[in-house]
Amino acid sequence: MATVQEPQGTTSLEEARELGLDRNELVNMYRNMLLSRGVEERGRILFKQGKVPGSYYTGLGNEASAVAFGTAMAPEDVGTPIQRNMAIHLVRGTEPWRILANFMGRAGGLTRGREGNIHFAEFNLGLIQMVSHLPAMLPVAVGCALAFRIRNEPRVALGWFGDGASARGDAHEAMNFAGVRRLPVVFVCNNNQFAYSTPNRLEFATQTLAERAAAYGFEGVRVDGTDVLAVYREARRAIEKAREGGGPTLVETLTLRMEGHGIHDDSSYVPSELLEEYRRKDPIEQFDAWLVENAGFTDEERNEIKLELKELLNDALRRAEASPEPDPAELLDGVYASRDALDAPHFS
Amino acid sequence: MPELSYIEAISDGLRTEMRRNNQVFLIGQDIGAYGGAFKVTNGFQEEFGEWRVIDAPISETAIVGGCTGAALMGMRPVAEMQFSDFVSCCWDHLVTVAAKQNWRAGTPIPIVIRLPSGGGFSGGPFHSQNPESSFAHVPGLKVVCPSTPSDAKGLLASAIDDPNPVLYFEHKHLYRRVKGEVAAERFTVPIGKARLEREGTDVTVVTWGAMVHLAADAAAALEADDVSVEIVDLRSVIPWDRDAVLASVEKTSRLLVLHEDTHTAGFGAEVLATVAAEAFEHLDAPPQRLTAPDCPSPFAPSLERRFLPQAEDVLQALRDVLAY
Repeated sequence: MATVQEPQGTTSLEEARELGLDRNELVNMYRNMLLSRGVEERGRILFKQGKVPGSYYTGLGNEASAVAFGTAMAPEDVGTPIQRNMAIHLVRGTEPWRILANFMGRAGGLTRGREGNIHFAEFNLGLIQMVSHLPAMLPVAVGCALAFRIRNEPRVALGWFGDGASARGDAHEAMNFAGVRRLPVVFVCNNNQFAYSTPNRLEFATQTLAERAAAYGFEGVRVDGTDVLAVYREARRAIEKAREGGGPTLVETLTLRMEGHGIHDDSSYVPSELLEEYRRKDPIEQFDAWLVENAGFTDEERNEIKLELKELLNDALRRAEASPEPDPAELLDGVYASRDALDAPHFS
Repeated sequence: MPELSYIEAISDGLRTEMRRNNQVFLIGQDIGAYGGAFKVTNGFQEEFGEWRVIDAPISETAIVGGCTGAALMGMRPVAEMQFSDFVSCCWDHLVTVAAKQNWRAGTPIPIVIRLPSGGGFSGGPFHSQNPESSFAHVPGLKVVCPSTPSDAKGLLASAIDDPNPVLYFEHKHLYRRVKGEVAAERFTVPIGKARLEREGTDVTVVTWGAMVHLAADAAAALEADDVSVEIVDLRSVIPWDRDAVLASVEKTSRLLVLHEDTHTAGFGAEVLATVAAEAFEHLDAPPQRLTAPDCPSPFAPSLERRFLPQAEDVLQALRDVLAY
């Protein structure tokens, strides 16, 4: 069996500084984790109020992984986040009110009611909208990396997938091709231990998913996905390696999905001891404690952030609820792209 | 104007687009060093280098998904399926991702998938199919099926220009059998515009791809009987030129749709439904279809002759429509 590194968390402010994270950035990462959870909590309230059609999905427990990768990406990098990566959008600059409006299928939502839950992405922020057929976006990320390679641009593409999606052929084709061509891509597997109700042991036969990378000729690493700094270190290393021509990396971030696959799922199949173990490792509380211990983070600072976010989210909620329903007359717009669409300002 | 075979016209078209636009790149299996299973890209890698003529692993999903990503990053990818049959392996990427991304996310996906298609040489169930109708049902995709060397070049230029995913069906049977004049310079043939292969007054044949030539042979044979056949070569299946079809049917009052794809829910059904709904009062006979039967493509020549519409089948079908 291939061995995979399982790096331990960063332990000092000095070490964080060596990773390029100053105190302000560290506190900002904490804020973004809280913001991510806050947006999803507001969405849950809206769902319970009957204002969200369909079902509702969150990334509860995955905030550290998403914030770490979102922070490690350079502005010119691109990625294909999935439904557990709310924070990526927020870190890159998506406005919370447009996310809440998207949950409700409103005209002001990012997809103008065309898509629900977290099927959105702002292309001008370098993000590409996911489809349900995970990991279908991995080959797309590889294609972005291929374009960078063809044009010799020092940019990196990130492709996200989960433990369940790891079993589909798209993952194999994407990683194999990326390995063959040593493309500047980072594969991020958010292993939250359950694909809907199916546990890891029924999804793949290896000890880890990271070790699969060896079969594709590149490096794989598994990291504790509840530890934002540990994830950041691996994210940054993989991204900068790709940028410098070192080829792909598979980073597996191990977490636990802290609620059902969607809000319709009570996840009673998750053992309570496991849930308890991960409750004790809550990524936000963990990082909060780290900041207190290592960066002199004060109650005052925390309260200030929480107050700022509360106002931000209350305002977002108001704006989202004020957004009108989409106009059915616009249903057919954009089934086919027009020529001007290509002339419009383009992230590429 | 130089005379080129159909396959030479495709190569010429690709080379022309690659020389004028360095966003265009090719990706597929065996297309680089080997020059492609049918040699469409022979010599391309020498001219354009291995990062613009990319030999891919046998990974249709990575190829088409990769094209989608590269297109999002501003490239104009042209993928080759070695045979159109293998597009089934990347159906998901075309239908789930590429076709819907502009509507869902407002991001155009300008990709071209070249699909060597069609039967007539014992390719069997997996090297002979014409799956254009399957894709015609998917909103967001465009589907073209050129029948002449000139259209092959002009539609290729339009497909690469188009901001949407375009499936470009090139008929293998035509590769070296059909020759014609093709302008040396760049030109485009608009997607969605039919071409009148032959003017006539008694009956309309709507067809595309290799069947255009079969229809032309039948029309020539019927001249002896004083029957004047009009042939509308659709050229594009999606979007299709309804106006051209309706105008022709209004003139001739009789319609036969001819296609090599199988019968049920084949694109001929759409043409017939449209004509029945919109030109009913102009019809002197029930509009008919001549297609392959609902069966996988067979291997043995005797079976394949039974499967694919033959010249005598077209003649008989036309006589039946005329006799009504």
